[in-house]
Amino acid sequence: MDMLQAETMSIQSSADVVLVRQSVRQFAVKQGFSLVDQTKIVTAASELARNTLDYGGGGTVKLEALQDGIRQGLRLTFEDEGPGIPDIELALKDGYTTGSGLGMGLSGTKRLVNEFNIVSHVGKGTCVTITKWK
Amino acid sequence: MESIPILQMGEFLLVTIQVDMHDRLAMKLQDDLTNRISQTNARGVLIDISSLDIVDSFIGRILGNIAKMSRVLDAQTVVVGMQPAVAITLVELGLSLEGIRTALNVEKGMALLRASLETAPRGSANGYASG
Amino acid sequence: MSLGDQSRIPEILKKYETDLLQDWLSEQLSTGSRKNLSKETELREECREFLELLRKAVQGSNLTNIQAPEWRDVREMLSSISRARSLKGFTPTETATFVFSFKQPLFTRLRQELSQNPTALAEEIWIGTALLDQLGLWTTESYQKARDEVIMRQQEELLELSTPVVKLWDGILALPIIGTLDSGRTQVMMESLLQKIVETGSDIAIIDITGVPTVDTLTAQHLLKTVTAARLMGAECIISGIRPQIAQTIVYLGVDLADVTTKGTLADAFALALKRTGFTISRPQT
Repeated sequence: MDMLQAETMSIQSSADVVLVRQSVRQFAVKQGFSLVDQTKIVTAASELARNTLDYGGGGTVKLEALQDGIRQGLRLTFEDEGPGIPDIELALKDGYTTGSGLGMGLSGTKRLVNEFNIVSHVGKGTCVTITKWK
Repeated sequence: MESIPILQMGEFLLVTIQVDMHDRLAMKLQDDLTNRISQTNARGVLIDISSLDIVDSFIGRILGNIAKMSRVLDAQTVVVGMQPAVAITLVELGLSLEGIRTALNVEKGMALLRASLETAPRGSANGYASG
Repeated sequence: MSLGDQSRIPEILKKYETDLLQDWLSEQLSTGSRKNLSKETELREECREFLELLRKAVQGSNLTNIQAPEWRDVREMLSSISRARSLKGFTPTETATFVFSFKQPLFTRLRQELSQNPTALAEEIWIGTALLDQLGLWTTESYQKARDEVIMRQQEELLELSTPVVKLWDGILALPIIGTLDSGRTQVMMESLLQKIVETGSDIAIIDITGVPTVDTLTAQHLLKTVTAARLMGAECIISGIRPQIAQTIVYLGVDLADVTTKGTLADAFALALKRTGFTISRPQT
């Protein structure tokens, strides 16, 4: 697997979330994703970036354009050093909310991408990696 | 500070969201809108999202809040112009946008508002389920 | 056991460059059948380029694994030739012969150089044959891939032609689907239906599946998602023409169609759509 291009961005404000969306869009367009797939990955990025900001106290996202044989993909890795998620399984359940009405959007976000991986430790932080293949 | 323009069209208000909204802008919109509804006694609010190529749960919340606040002020909200790719993504995401009515474009949105105003004269509660 | 490090092949490729090229060319032209499809100058250039890349690749003393990075240029060149030949109408054999016909010239030179050492000659011929076999098979696979791509493209075009979205009336669209629905095809169709809804400003879209023999879970779910997406946008969908077998499948699969309007026939669906959009049909009195 080759990495064609990479970029790391900081997520410290909601203006940063907007910038993340724009960068993910650029990467997705460059790799030739269909419009619907572009929309899905950018939406997923927006959800996760917000989570990083709102629940993780800010963090970073790494964007990687990948090539695995003939297929192209986009991998996003969101990291924060926030409080962490105590019960990941619960957070991934459909319909789980944390009181704000629409929850963390993890289960929905998972459906928008091909690969979804989350590692979180209470008190240490959270790392979410998503990949979408063309 | 930048803000999203609110147009008055008869007894309706029209908001066209064209930029990528960050938190402060969204909050300001909610504020401005509720003020305008009161000031103008508007009966309906049309939110045009045809320029939005992304609707995430944050935007969904904002739209939901606007609908709820408007209803309290006796105005109805219709969201118009959702792009197909956005609709497909929202379905996948599981966002139902409950309590928000939608129409394909501004024209149809206004027709919808007018029709429901005829059947629900001022002062009556208007409840409905969508989707 | 491999003579990789001490193989004489790299040296022979260099020493007999011109002769090898000439012999190889004659070898291919003598089989004669496709002379008119591949002009001699073009063929000469292809052979020359291949030899040059081959010489470079064997410098790395890896003559056994063509998937390694040093063989990338050779692989790409062969892929490109195979692809071009596949599109020109060459058979797979004719395409692979490009590589296989190189054996004779190479082995002739090997025999010359190693006439005094039969063991070494046998091993070198083995290495050479194994290497050229791999490269020959590579061309066949590339050829096949090129063919597959053409087929896929044709399928896509056929798909577009076979599921047009039809305007039945002002604000009413119909999508009559014929044939088996697979997940991919359904996704494509649904996206274009939603797009058409926006473009025409239609309030109702009728998805008619009279011509669909069966659906699987994924397809049923896609249909449902399309209906939901259309509703989100402000339009309604009616599904018509559900056969008894499909009705059973849908229930059996646990797909919930409770929220969706369905009608037995396209005609009924159209009548309903007209009513919903405020039209009535009347027959004038005579």
